[in-house]
Amino acid sequence: MTSAVTSTPRRPRFGYRINAVGVAGALIVLFWIVVAFAAPAIIPHPIGDIVDTDYFGPMSRELWLGSDYLGRDMTSRILMGARYTLGISVAAVIIAGVSGVTLGMIAAITGGAVDMVLSRFLDALNSIPSKLFSLVVVAAVGSSIPVLIVTMAVIYIPGAYRFARALAVNINTMDFVVVARIRGESLFYLIRAEILPNIIGPVMVDLGLRFVFIVLLLSGLSFLGLGVKPPYADWGALVRENIGGLPYAAPAVIVPSLAIASLTIAVNLLIDNLPTKIRDREAS
Amino acid sequence: MRSLVQIRDLVVEATTDSGRTIEIIKGVDLDIAEGEIVALIGESGSGKTTIAMTLMGYARAGCKIVGGSVVVDGVDMVALPEKGRAALRGATIAYVPQSAAAAFNPAIRIMDQVVEVVRIHGVMPIEEARAKAVSLFRALSLPNPDSIGDRYPHQVSGGQLQRLAAAMALIASPKVLIFDEPTTALDVTTQVEVLRAFKSVISANRIAGIYVSHDLAVVAQIADRIVVLRNGEVQETGTTADILARAQHPYTQQLLAAVAPHHGSRPETSATTAEALLEVHEVSVGYGPLRSDGRPAILAVENVSLRVARGRNLGIIGESGCGKSTLARAIAGILPPFAGGVVFDGRELGRSARSRSPDQLRQVQIVFQHADTALNPAQTVEDILGRPLTFYHGMARKPRSARIDQLLDMVKLPRSLRLRRPAELSGGQKQRVNFARALAADPKLIVCDEITSALDTVVAAAIIDLLKELQRELDLAYVFISHDLSMVEAICDDIVVMYRGRKIEQITPEAMARPEHPYTQLLLSSVPKLDPAWLDNLRQDPEQVREYCQH
Repeated sequence: MTSAVTSTPRRPRFGYRINAVGVAGALIVLFWIVVAFAAPAIIPHPIGDIVDTDYFGPMSRELWLGSDYLGRDMTSRILMGARYTLGISVAAVIIAGVSGVTLGMIAAITGGAVDMVLSRFLDALNSIPSKLFSLVVVAAVGSSIPVLIVTMAVIYIPGAYRFARALAVNINTMDFVVVARIRGESLFYLIRAEILPNIIGPVMVDLGLRFVFIVLLLSGLSFLGLGVKPPYADWGALVRENIGGLPYAAPAVIVPSLAIASLTIAVNLLIDNLPTKIRDREAS
Repeated sequence: MRSLVQIRDLVVEATTDSGRTIEIIKGVDLDIAEGEIVALIGESGSGKTTIAMTLMGYARAGCKIVGGSVVVDGVDMVALPEKGRAALRGATIAYVPQSAAAAFNPAIRIMDQVVEVVRIHGVMPIEEARAKAVSLFRALSLPNPDSIGDRYPHQVSGGQLQRLAAAMALIASPKVLIFDEPTTALDVTTQVEVLRAFKSVISANRIAGIYVSHDLAVVAQIADRIVVLRNGEVQETGTTADILARAQHPYTQQLLAAVAPHHGSRPETSATTAEALLEVHEVSVGYGPLRSDGRPAILAVENVSLRVARGRNLGIIGESGCGKSTLARAIAGILPPFAGGVVFDGRELGRSARSRSPDQLRQVQIVFQHADTALNPAQTVEDILGRPLTFYHGMARKPRSARIDQLLDMVKLPRSLRLRRPAELSGGQKQRVNFARALAADPKLIVCDEITSALDTVVAAAIIDLLKELQRELDLAYVFISHDLSMVEAICDDIVVMYRGRKIEQITPEAMARPEHPYTQLLLSSVPKLDPAWLDNLRQDPEQVREYCQH
């Protein structure tokens, strides 16, 4: 449609429209990422040292977030906890995402027996309750960071697979995929160039949600004492350790809960408000 | 005669996603007298539907009526609050949508949907409304008028559903009716019946209304006056006879010229003596699981043979569901036939694309109807055209880039479009890119599957001219599949007529005036002509119509 411009175009920056809620979410996520990387350099006290004479100490000038059930510095423990919570969850979500989405696209394009076998196998995996599965694995193999990452990844592969397959099946019926197919293109090319770029948006949003679930599941496992081993602790473990401080309203139990809440909510806000590309070319 | 509808200085604005506002209707004036049908004609994006919608005081999401007045039967729809508009919609003014199939709720019986308007406005008792609906069904010459209302929308055909949508609009005896391209989605033989039904109902009830269409020949049958629109402005207004005979505006003349494309000069060698490029031998194609005798459950194409000579064109015509697209897919190797074979350039082609050599795949290219789905929305024009160059010809970056420029020149697209994505192109531009991708392979044969059906007539005529020009330069052969008979006539040397999966006749464009098979006669006589008296003078054998139309 060619039409006259009737108002002075508001020049959008970067050609994307961003909104305030999304920016707020992104800033909080960014804050925790920076904390995770910089934690060893910025913690005021080593995390194992008992620095307070009292336990469940209140917030003070020396100990900003009070002390935990042994009198250790909560600030340091939260900052270090960000490393475990973020690191394990990100690693797990990447493994789950890459393998689930790749398998999903392969199943959608190949169809037939491959699709059948993959789908039934992953459905079977999906039918095992996730908490029970992780409990059994951790109880059997013992808890270590690699075991936690792999367990989380395996639990979330079927979901990523299902989601990607459903999207890819729709794209696969489009004429441009048919054109590529009768051009004689390989499976790898079809996945990389024709399917993936067209499903990447929803897939990223889905992985963002899965990341949140992984953070919560990891916190849950740690709360049960099956997560990261002491003296190191992720946020879930911090909540569990200090659960005794609940009657005293100790910051030691409230702050890690707030940390989990802030990260998961921020990630959700971010993926619900990702920047949208402005397609009105004449305006940019 | 006083005007029933007065539109004065109408301005509609749309807001783009960057917050910029653009005028899509720029000060339009329009009058409709009582009992008069005014046609709005123009290409897509010209604002014809937008104007028709303002009669109901409605603007689509993102659009706003910002100026002017739309007075319908003494009431200004623009100034009216939403509640007041809702009270008039369906009662004073009603709407017949383009796609009746999408407008009906599949889960509710037709009768309940037809009388819904009466229930909402309470203009008459429901029993009376039902009786009126049945009489409308009869007036619209629907089969079994007494019982058709008890069916669900999926149990009637497309043409019937379109007439039922008209019955739904007429039930509350509105003063003004809006027809929004009501026959565009129908086959020509069905269109004739639907147009006849509309025309008789309109003249019997002296209905005033707007008929939105891009097809001048259809409009000529129905409308008293024609308004030609382009870019939200009225280009020309006149009575139907005036516009058809004495169009003043160059754009109107262009529209008229596009309805009847001129025949290009063809090489004089006869098709039978020229060397065969593609031969299809008794091909049968089907869908669904194989039965015990090795034939699939649903047969789409049965025992079709055809022959395309080097550098010549073959047209395949037929109505939707006749198997013409399935045949194209079998030739391209997308859908392997279960019987018969395809010989290309003297060599038998594998039945499926996987069993063909890359060179064989390169030489036969297919171009699809919907450029929207045939182009990857995530890739730029450059990527789309560059891939076949890399894949088939192994071109390095520099020669590839030069070749892309060449291809864009060939299909007459500006080189500045290289970095755009399909969503940023118009329909005609997309179809050109789609075609350029086929050319990038250096093919000998291009199968064109309804490539002009989704385009406006003027744009489609330009694409046809382009195809002819490229054929002269590149020694291409086309298999041109379409339901648009004039397009096929304009470009093809031979025409195959298909009906229910079978080839029933092969004729030349010169012989199109006197086809032998009764179905071909019916099909050809159903194509609307630029003559207001065409529909009234059209005599079709009712026996034939009954035999070949499953309405």
